[in-house]
Amino acid sequence: MLYNIFIDPFMQMGGAPDLLVQTLWEGLVSGVLYALIALGFVLIFKASGVFNFAQGIMVVFAALTLVGFHEKGVPAWIAVILTLGVMYVLALAVERVVLRPLVNQPDIILFMATFGLTYVLIGIGEFIFGGEPKQMITEQLFLPRGAIDVKMLGGRVTFQKLDIAAAVIATVMIGALAAFFQYTRIGRALRAVADSHKAALSVGISLNQIWAIVWFAAGIVALITGVMWGARSEVSFGLDIIALKALPVLILGGFTSIPGAIVGGLIIGIGEKIAEFYWGPLVGGGIENWIAYVIALGFLMVRPQGLFGDKIIERI
Amino acid sequence: MFYREAGQFKKSYAADMAVFPILQDRIGIAVILFIAAVVIPLTGSTFFISSVMIPFLVFSLAAMGLNIVTGYTGLISLGTGAFMGVGAFACYKLTTIFPNVNIIIWIIASGAFSAAIGAAFGLPSLRIKGFYLAVATLAAQFFLEWCFVRVPWLYNYSASGAIQVPQRTLFGVVITGANASPTTRYMVLLGVVVLLTWVASNILHGRVGRTFMAVRDMDIAAELMGIRLLPAKLLAFALSSFYCGVAGAVMMFLWYGGGEAADAFNIRQSFNILFMVIIGGLGSLIGCFMGAALLNIVPIILKFGLPAIGIAVASETAEHLNHLLVGGLIIFFLIVEPHGLARLWQITKQKLRTWPFPY
Repeated sequence: MLYNIFIDPFMQMGGAPDLLVQTLWEGLVSGVLYALIALGFVLIFKASGVFNFAQGIMVVFAALTLVGFHEKGVPAWIAVILTLGVMYVLALAVERVVLRPLVNQPDIILFMATFGLTYVLIGIGEFIFGGEPKQMITEQLFLPRGAIDVKMLGGRVTFQKLDIAAAVIATVMIGALAAFFQYTRIGRALRAVADSHKAALSVGISLNQIWAIVWFAAGIVALITGVMWGARSEVSFGLDIIALKALPVLILGGFTSIPGAIVGGLIIGIGEKIAEFYWGPLVGGGIENWIAYVIALGFLMVRPQGLFGDKIIERI
Repeated sequence: MFYREAGQFKKSYAADMAVFPILQDRIGIAVILFIAAVVIPLTGSTFFISSVMIPFLVFSLAAMGLNIVTGYTGLISLGTGAFMGVGAFACYKLTTIFPNVNIIIWIIASGAFSAAIGAAFGLPSLRIKGFYLAVATLAAQFFLEWCFVRVPWLYNYSASGAIQVPQRTLFGVVITGANASPTTRYMVLLGVVVLLTWVASNILHGRVGRTFMAVRDMDIAAELMGIRLLPAKLLAFALSSFYCGVAGAVMMFLWYGGGEAADAFNIRQSFNILFMVIIGGLGSLIGCFMGAALLNIVPIILKFGLPAIGIAVASETAEHLNHLLVGGLIIFFLIVEPHGLARLWQITKQKLRTWPFPY
C-alpha cells in the first residue's frame, strides 16, 4: 500500500516521461483557464472588496450571449462587439442595482448579493438561450483547430493548437491588464480604490464609476474565458460548478494578487491532473473534484493569507 | 394595541431572561404549535403535508444547523449539504446494521457522526478566517460528495448507487418506508424539529451561545476575555453539523424515502440552505423557519400556484423563473433589510407594541 502511494507513481513518472509531459501540459492548460476565472475574481475583489461569486456564471453568460448572437445570423466579430456591449450594460446594472444600495455593508452581505446575482443570471440565461448546451463558434473566431504531435523523450506528446492559443491569449491578456493597471489613469484610480475606498473618494475618484469599470473588465475577462472554455468543451450551465475551482486557486494565490491568481491557477491545474493521473486509480478515480481544495487547504495551514496575499494584521 | 406588555411585571431574573418574556408571545407560540400539531394533520391535504410542510421542517432544521456556525459563530460554511449527507448515510447504515433499534434513536445518533466529521473539517477554522474558511469548507463538500459516490459500503453495494429506506415502526405505527402515511411522517418530523429547536434555543441562550457570539463579534477580543477559541469553534462546527446531520437523516427517511443520495446533498443544496439562513436572518432561530418557509413556498407557488389561477407555465419555464425569482429575492432582501426576515419581524413587533402611535 505504502509502495503504491509513495513509490509507484514516481516510478511511472520516470518510466514514461512523455506521459508525464502530456499530463503536465494538460494540467497547465486547465490551470490557465482556472487562472482566468480567478483573475476576474481578483479584479473585482481588489477594487471593491466584493467576493464576486457570480464570476463563474458571467463566463457562461458571456459565452452564451456570443453564441446566441451568432445563431441569430450576426457575423462573429460584430457578435463579439455586441457581447461586450451586453457585458458593459451588465456591469452598469450590477453597480447601480446591487452594489450602490449595499455600499458599506459587511462583506458577507455583498458576497450573498453576488450569489443572488448568480441565480438571476442563470435564470435570464436559461430564459433567453434555453438550458441545453451549445457549440462555441471556434472557426468564425479564427481559433485554430487540430493538434501538433511532438516527438520527445522517447514518446509522442500531443499539443492541441487550441490549448496553445488559449495559453498565448491568456498571457497576452494578463500582460495587457498589468499594463492597464500600471500605466493608465483609470488603472491608477483602480489601485487607489483598492488601497482605501475613503482615501480614493477624498481625492475625487468616483467609486461608482470605478466599480462599473472593474465589473466591465471582469466581464471582458469572462468573455475570453468563456470562449476558450467553450471551445474546449461546450457552452453549458455546468460550467459554473467547474468555475468553483477558481476558489482554491484564489485562496492559494491570495485574493488580492494578480500574479497569485496565475501561479495559483497553474499549481492547482497541474497538481490536480498529476494527482488524478498517478494517484487517482488507487482510490477509484474522480479525485480531480476535490484534490484542488485539499491542496489549497494544505497551503492555507502554512500561509493563511495565501501565497501572495497581503499579510493579515489584526487589531482590536 | 393587542400586543402590549403593560402590567406584566417580571419578579425574578429568570423571568427577565425568558425566551418569551411577554404573555402574548407565549400565547402566539402555543397557537402556532397547536396549529402545527393538531390543525394541519387533521385538515391538511396529503399534498400540502408532503410537499410543503415536510420540506419546510427539514430545511428549517438544516438552516438552524448552518445558522449556529454561520450566524452565531460567524464562520461561513459551504459544506452544509455534505454534512446532511453524512447524517443520512450514517442513519441508513445504522438502521440496516442494527434493524431492531428504534429509528428515532438512529436519527438522533446519526447527528453525532455528522458532528464528528464536521468538527474534523472545522479544524482549519482556527487559522483561517472569512472567505478563506468558506473555501476550505468547500473541500469538505466535494470530498464527502465524492465519498458518497465512490464508497459502495455506504449504500450497501446497491447497483444503482441509490439507497432504499427500510420500513421502520414507532409504537407499532409505520413511520418510514413506502407504507408510511405523510401525516405520521409529518408528526414524527414535527416532534424532532420541536425538540431540537428547544434544545438549540437553550444552548444558544446560555453560556455556550454567548461564547459563540463573542467569537463571532471579534475572535481576538473573545480570546483575550478568556474564551478558548479552538474548543469554541470546534463546538460550533460540531453542533452545527449535528443539526445538519439530523436534518439530512430526516430528509432521507421522512421525506425522500430513498434515492440517489449524492444528488440530494450536492453543493447546490449547501447554497440553498445558506440562502435560507441569509434571507431568514443570521443569528436568529426564528429566521431559520422564516427563510426556509420563503424559499420553499416560492418554487411551489411557481410550480402549482400559477397553473391553478389559469396561467399555464411549462415546468421548465417555472424552473427558470424560480432561479430568477430566488436570485431577485435574495438581492431585494439584502438591500431592503440585510439582517433578514427576522429583523423585519422584530420591527413589526415594535410597531405593533406602540400602535397606533408612531413611538
